[in-house]
Amino acid sequence: MMLSEIKDLLISKFGSEVIVGEEAGVLQPALLIAPSRIAEVCRELRDNEATYFDYLSCLTGVDYGVEAGKFGVVYNLASIPYQTQLTLKISIEHGRDVEDLPTFPSLVDVYKTADWHERETYDLLGIFFEGHPDLRRILLPDDWEGFPMRKDYQAAEYYKGIKID
Amino acid sequence: MTNKAFDLYQQKITTAATQDMVLNMGPQHPSTHGVLRLELITDGEIVKEAIPHLGYLHRCFEKHAEALTYQQTIPFTDRMDYLASMNNSHAWVMGVERMLGIDQDIPKRIEYIRVLVCELNRIASHLIALGTYGIDIGAFTPFLWCFRDREHIMGMLEWASGSRLLYNYIWIGGLFYDLPVGFEERCAEFVTYFKPKLKELNELLTDNQIFIKRTANVGVLPLDVAINYGCSGPVLRGSGVKWDLRRIDNYSAYPELDFEIPIGKGEMGTVGDCWDRYKVRVDEIAESLKIIEQCVERLQKDLKRTPDFDPRAKMPRKITPKAQDYYMRAEGARGEVGFYFMADGKTEIPFRVKARGPSFNNLSVISELSKGVMIADLIAILGSIDIVLGEVDR
Repeated sequence: MMLSEIKDLLISKFGSEVIVGEEAGVLQPALLIAPSRIAEVCRELRDNEATYFDYLSCLTGVDYGVEAGKFGVVYNLASIPYQTQLTLKISIEHGRDVEDLPTFPSLVDVYKTADWHERETYDLLGIFFEGHPDLRRILLPDDWEGFPMRKDYQAAEYYKGIKID
Repeated sequence: MTNKAFDLYQQKITTAATQDMVLNMGPQHPSTHGVLRLELITDGEIVKEAIPHLGYLHRCFEKHAEALTYQQTIPFTDRMDYLASMNNSHAWVMGVERMLGIDQDIPKRIEYIRVLVCELNRIASHLIALGTYGIDIGAFTPFLWCFRDREHIMGMLEWASGSRLLYNYIWIGGLFYDLPVGFEERCAEFVTYFKPKLKELNELLTDNQIFIKRTANVGVLPLDVAINYGCSGPVLRGSGVKWDLRRIDNYSAYPELDFEIPIGKGEMGTVGDCWDRYKVRVDEIAESLKIIEQCVERLQKDLKRTPDFDPRAKMPRKITPKAQDYYMRAEGARGEVGFYFMADGKTEIPFRVKARGPSFNNLSVISELSKGVMIADLIAILGSIDIVLGEVDR
């Protein structure tokens, strides 16, 4: 199924406001989805007989930099029956305060793959996923401060009173 | 809002400590294949829940990749899945080549050498998987046999690249060096030597009644669960679907090569049990030998080495891909090795790189598989998933 057909399918199902943009003419085209609708869009793409995107290959959290002031998540889906691939992107403009994290809906109910990937994204980038059952840090210790993959992250000088050289 | 999940987790462990028994398996447990810690909530011998704790081997791959050029990151990709380094760097290099648009210009000889070393590495990796799986279950001899045979591959790859485990051999647009003179002949020798050994291994372990009793009908992973958890490689194929990216994506020299995709058939029990996952690996070794034979044949005939052949001839001087995002996936020894690149088009350093390790996703299914099994069976399940912690933690 081509990207335009998938787009039409989503528009006919959810209305035109669900797709906020499209990256076409590049090696891997992507659909930009309205962040609040991503879970239902993915559920539809997974269960629809014409698409069957049943496999979440990769989930990437992105910090677009201090100037852009934007956070996003990229989903790389694959369909095992049809052997096709699809990239979905969501993003919101948000501040960098560690007390107020950018929030997206969780995909755990649709793809269990998202469980650990979302935990990793939360751990390294400080992106919160609403509805995730167990959003703890996964790679870093539970008492780690800050989110290391953010572009403005400063490495700490001390860890539990030990100087880091 | 952020610490709620951690509080819930602590509460669960505290409650379990008074009612059931909380048992830590790892991080120094030999059968966790590295530094993985499984926190088990047990009721006698029965595992009620297994909570994996990762990160003991976290080496900030993504952070490094954001500070180094594409070429400089190749050694770091080797260190992800350190038992199948060639497969990782192959995926990385192909991704960058496609972003640069030079993936069609790579000479055939280079593609065949890449496939040859990748398949050698896949055999070496599977041999470790099989040998250590035997050890987990209590069979010591297969481990020694596997390591004896793996040593030949290690020697050959050391001959080609200069190191035994972390090769840095496949470069963007080419190779570190051409194969040493006589490598093809030695490969052919190895294939002739190894074929009867594989048969011996089958007689010793695969068809062993004790081994079958320990693995058949244990840790059955249904296909829909495997797909939903993002399992790939032998774990997914063990559940009975022909999903091999070497065939699906047809990258590199694979479309010209003839090989089968082994899947789990439930010969000894149920489709998707530990024995099936093990058997898929054994069969894949045989298929990899077939690929090596074909590669060697072509490398000795129409793709023969010529005195003026330079494996670095197509290497770009400056690696600056256009501003674009690209997700590259390739079949590593454990499944789908994926790299998501975000290039900004201005610098030689990627804006963002995400590495998708197959073991990371394969391991996430353990909490599903371990519900209500015996502790001894948990070892068998964990061994059959064949994780490499270097790749889980990256």
